[in-house]
Amino acid sequence: MPAKNTLKTIALSSAVLSIGSVSSAMANDDYSDDLVRIGVLTDMSGIYSDLSGEAAVTAVEMAVEDFGGEVNGVPIEVIHGDHRNEADTGASRAREWYDSEGVDMINDLSNSGVALAVAAVADERERHAIVNSSSNVDLTNEYCSPYVTHYTYDAHSLAHGTGKSIVEDGGDSWFFLTVDFAFGIGLEEQVSEVVRDAGGQVVGAARHPLDTSDFSSYALQAQASQADIIGIASTGADAINAINALAEFGVTPDQQPAALLLWYDDIHSLGLETAQELLLTNAFYWDADDDTREFSERFHERTGRMPNMAHAGNYSSTMHYLNAIEAAGTDDSAAVSEKMREMEINDFFAEDGYIRPNGRMVHDQYLWEVKSPDESEYDYDYLDLVTTIPGEEAFQPLEESTCHLLDDE
Amino acid sequence: MMRTLFLALSAVGLLALLIVPFVPALVYDIFVMKTLCFVLFACAFNLLLGHTGILSFGHAAFFGTGAYVTGHLVKVYGVPTDLGILAGGVVAALLGTIIGALAIRRSGIYLAMITLAMSQLVFFFFLQAPFTGAEDGLQRIPRGTFLGIIDLASDTALYYVVLCIIGAGLWVVWRTVNSPFGHVLRAIREHEPRAISLGYPVARYKIIVFTLSAGLSGIAGSLKAIIFQLAALSDVHWHTSGDVILMTLLGGMNTVFGPAVGAAIISTLSHYLDPFGAWVTVITGVVFMTCILVFRRGVLGQLQQRLKRRPSPTASTPIDTKPKPHH
Repeated sequence: MPAKNTLKTIALSSAVLSIGSVSSAMANDDYSDDLVRIGVLTDMSGIYSDLSGEAAVTAVEMAVEDFGGEVNGVPIEVIHGDHRNEADTGASRAREWYDSEGVDMINDLSNSGVALAVAAVADERERHAIVNSSSNVDLTNEYCSPYVTHYTYDAHSLAHGTGKSIVEDGGDSWFFLTVDFAFGIGLEEQVSEVVRDAGGQVVGAARHPLDTSDFSSYALQAQASQADIIGIASTGADAINAINALAEFGVTPDQQPAALLLWYDDIHSLGLETAQELLLTNAFYWDADDDTREFSERFHERTGRMPNMAHAGNYSSTMHYLNAIEAAGTDDSAAVSEKMREMEINDFFAEDGYIRPNGRMVHDQYLWEVKSPDESEYDYDYLDLVTTIPGEEAFQPLEESTCHLLDDE
Repeated sequence: MMRTLFLALSAVGLLALLIVPFVPALVYDIFVMKTLCFVLFACAFNLLLGHTGILSFGHAAFFGTGAYVTGHLVKVYGVPTDLGILAGGVVAALLGTIIGALAIRRSGIYLAMITLAMSQLVFFFFLQAPFTGAEDGLQRIPRGTFLGIIDLASDTALYYVVLCIIGAGLWVVWRTVNSPFGHVLRAIREHEPRAISLGYPVARYKIIVFTLSAGLSGIAGSLKAIIFQLAALSDVHWHTSGDVILMTLLGGMNTVFGPAVGAAIISTLSHYLDPFGAWVTVITGVVFMTCILVFRRGVLGQLQQRLKRRPSPTASTPIDTKPKPHH
């Protein structure tokens, strides 16, 4: 009897399911589930939660609200999830979202391991993923996909932006403080190449483990190297600790630190006293012009903080995605992907930005210098523009990309 | 009466597992597969903790080694998936022999520290080795086919293959526990000097069970690498070693399949509590403390205790926590 009942249940439920899928397919030809659902997959609880986290969700929600909450009459919904900085957790969440929750696009994706894993899922399931807060250039090379867009920055733009501009300004001997991880070493190698190509020299490097709190010996090595520029190839807490140590040991007035991936928020936590004169490449600064200020002040009202480049990228990329849906008249991934790569991006975040066939969004990057406490006139007034790096120079030239999509053309 | 109840429960559980791919609206099959990997991992781990009284604090080394070995072989050398999984298990077992042989020279906290140190070495190896992609992980491992006929690209096909392999692994665990070998292990757990005095080569037994446990953990890791098509540092991280201890204690370490229940509980908590963000760890911690304080034998252990008048050899009293003489 129980076995018979179970069979009945299975038969019933599969019948219900198949009817469900047929009816949903019939009801809308152009919009899956009559809904455009955006998933923000980010770090809600770990080391990147301050850089992206809840504020990233807010940025995407703001874009949806500003867009009007619906596209061509179809409502837009935003959900969010935590990948806990584990590639498998991220990949399984992404799969579940695409497969059974009708998510059309996943945004943010802090942590390169997670971003690569989710990009693989997006490619397989033919749904969109937009990477805003991780740097791995493999996303637009070996692992590129028509459905994956790498939006805000990447390791290439950081290395080329910072490295080249500094050497041209006369900082031609370099020493690196590098986190002993694929990310740090890759960044160090790229910047070294740029520095040598531009006529500078690399006099040495010290590698430290992830989550180092005592940088004293590394700071002394940097001092002994007598290099003009101390390149800091780490991010987050490590970069903050390194910069603090360089200041404490009196390295900084004579030798200038250049942070290869420093976030706006890091300067806020370091304070201008310590961070002053630091050079950094960022794709966005809230106080750049009226448009950025308008967005940033609204963002500040909702989150109590100023947006960093990833938050601005989250907003801008979501807007671009929705514009592409509107233009395509469908949320079909292939059609939207085509529109996204066809339409230019012109908003507070990017001017004449465009997405290459390999998924790289090309837009200008900026080299900034941190102000001294005297120069700072109001709250959050931290950065001075040193130079604008045109997108074509900042990002990897298309002919160097190993993306398989480029072979087909 | 009690036996029929258990059989009925197991039958319902098995049936539920069999129909998972057909009810995507209720439960997500990849989540179940991940949980199954941890089920095997925890049960294999418990061969040491629950049945031999050895606390290994470095079991992620075996789990992660399985994942990386399988991933690398399948991705780079094009080894068939089935052989890749087997190789993952074998390499993990060999590693288990080596680490086990070193670790069992001490007991208690010292043994745990040796396994922790060894697993940190393994972690460092996978962090630095050129083929692993360090913190980005080994990505895009192809799933391939199983035995050359079953195409694993389909989640449903993969689900049943995983279910079969995990089932076989659990059978090995069950068979080991309920064998003369398993009885000797329990003798070692209960009174090691006595087992020695009875003429059992205790060290050899410990190394064998270490190898077996490591090999099965490796297979669990290999399967996880195939399911998610990636192997990542979190698989070898000591957090994973900690998680498996948590699962085992929560489920009941003096039972054969208690750790399976523990693994299911922990996976489910972390999966469904996702919207709570940072609170997941706090909630898991509270659940764990409650369980340890309220039912010390673990979920399944306590259930068995309730239902059983006469404890069977597999559900005996908890490990004696009094200090034992060192050898």
